[in-house]
Amino acid sequence: MASILVYAELNQGKLATTSLELMTKARELGEVYAIALGGGAKAAAATLGKHGAKVIHVNEDAAFDDYLAEPATDAVAALYEKEKPDIILFGFTSDSREVAGRLAARLGSGLIANASDIVANDGGFVAKVPYFGGAKIASMKANGKPAIVLIRPKSFEVSEKAGAGEIQQLDVTIPDGSKRARVTDRVVEASERVKLEDARVVISGGRGMGGPQNFPLLEELASALGGAVGASRAVVDAGWVPYSMQVGQTGKSVRPGVYIAVGISGAMQHTVGMKTSKVIIAINKDAEAPIMKMADLGVVGDALKIVPALTAAVKAKKNG
Amino acid sequence: MKIVVTVKQVPDPNSNLTLEADNSISREKEVVLDPGDECGVEEALQLKEAHGGEVVLVSMGPERAKDAIRKGLSMGADRGVLISDASLAGADALLTARALAAAIKDESPDLVICATESYDGSTGMVPPMLAELLGLPQLTFAKKIEANGSTVKVHRQTADGYEVVEGATPALITVTAAIAEPRYASLKGIMAARSKEIKQLTAGDVGIEKGEPAETIEGVADAEARKAGEVVEDDGTAVDKIVQVLAQAKVL
Repeated sequence: MASILVYAELNQGKLATTSLELMTKARELGEVYAIALGGGAKAAAATLGKHGAKVIHVNEDAAFDDYLAEPATDAVAALYEKEKPDIILFGFTSDSREVAGRLAARLGSGLIANASDIVANDGGFVAKVPYFGGAKIASMKANGKPAIVLIRPKSFEVSEKAGAGEIQQLDVTIPDGSKRARVTDRVVEASERVKLEDARVVISGGRGMGGPQNFPLLEELASALGGAVGASRAVVDAGWVPYSMQVGQTGKSVRPGVYIAVGISGAMQHTVGMKTSKVIIAINKDAEAPIMKMADLGVVGDALKIVPALTAAVKAKKNG
Repeated sequence: MKIVVTVKQVPDPNSNLTLEADNSISREKEVVLDPGDECGVEEALQLKEAHGGEVVLVSMGPERAKDAIRKGLSMGADRGVLISDASLAGADALLTARALAAAIKDESPDLVICATESYDGSTGMVPPMLAELLGLPQLTFAKKIEANGSTVKVHRQTADGYEVVEGATPALITVTAAIAEPRYASLKGIMAARSKEIKQLTAGDVGIEKGEPAETIEGVADAEARKAGEVVEDDGTAVDKIVQVLAQAKVL
């Protein structure tokens, strides 16, 4: 039976939901092990056990929280040498990919990034990788030993499995040579009202919003609908809004009940992060914009007029 | 301070990509220096202006990728290195990182600056691989860099703010587009770039052989297409239509 190692991502002790998505999928592929590192790893291990991990290897060394990527790479590499899993799964997130990249270079195995699914096939694994904005899906057989595959968040629904995993202390010493990129402070600039990834309604703005001064129009609509505001890479790169709002291949993947794309043309980098939304509404000046071809409702018109009118109508309906 | 900036030539993000008959993305498009790399070149130039030193651009790609390097040279970088070899066409991330690492090692830089991810692949896998192969720490997602002699400090973008990350040089830093607004090349800069050196290296020069790639593409399928919806001109009733859709979706 294939052995699967899932890299559980902890953010200051909190287990990333993506890791449980990976656990849920990994159960279909074979026998599942997990590795959890840093403060909170033992608590996270209990949760991982409820999601199908047979053994959870933990180490709560502070180095995993205090230094970027290298200590975690050392730990996963050490566990790989000991257990020789057939495949190591990572979430395709900004933190996990840094560990996966170093590991793939150290082991010489290479990796497959940005996958949306993985299946066992013929004694190996085939990753499904969306490209061309998610319009095409390539089936890629993983050749690496181990296979290292990074899977996009929100690719699978999380479900629990009866039973509990065995928690094992991972015996690894982090050398000083890996304690180099040190996190000396964490600064919180903005607290999101509703988390973009969890919102039932996401309203995203692009270049068609005209400038950062018009984003409050989207905030007002989001607040009326109890939703969150996202953005395209173009306007994040232009500095209109912070990176935390970026929806797309990089940035966040969202899957809300309703996604409203305002002044967003629908570049591939964006659509791959939102195309599985249940309902898509697009507001754009250009009837030929690619986003119109994937929207359930496309409105051709001036976003700066439509959005405030929509906010007023939503408020009226709620109060009426 | 000697700074290497990795640069890549990519299809112009403002053009619409098309697919070839074999489902690969057409490479025959208008190509440009990756806009993310422009930000990295700008930051390197500012660090050089503050601390002195040299900015070297390193790239891998076909012969025409020299144009992308030339763009960075016209902004003010000192010289370029291009690894170009038919045998490296279609290289995966690890092979790319190996080739870049071999060329960068010869330069012994204090800093390696990479964009967080390219505009075309957008997977961001080469920089951490490169850091590992060069034996460097990686300070990532930087929206601000403070270099001070033998140490660097970056502001690392996070979901709700930033982390302050410190390390010693040599180091590899990945930068976001927020790091610096790229300058326009002056006419003088463009003229000067023509005579700047671009060293060309083959796979043999960097001691790289194409081995088994990390993946074999077994097939390509169309994703489940979304049902084409309704497109309406806003004639004053669009808001009512949107409200209807929101109500049907039970979010209102």
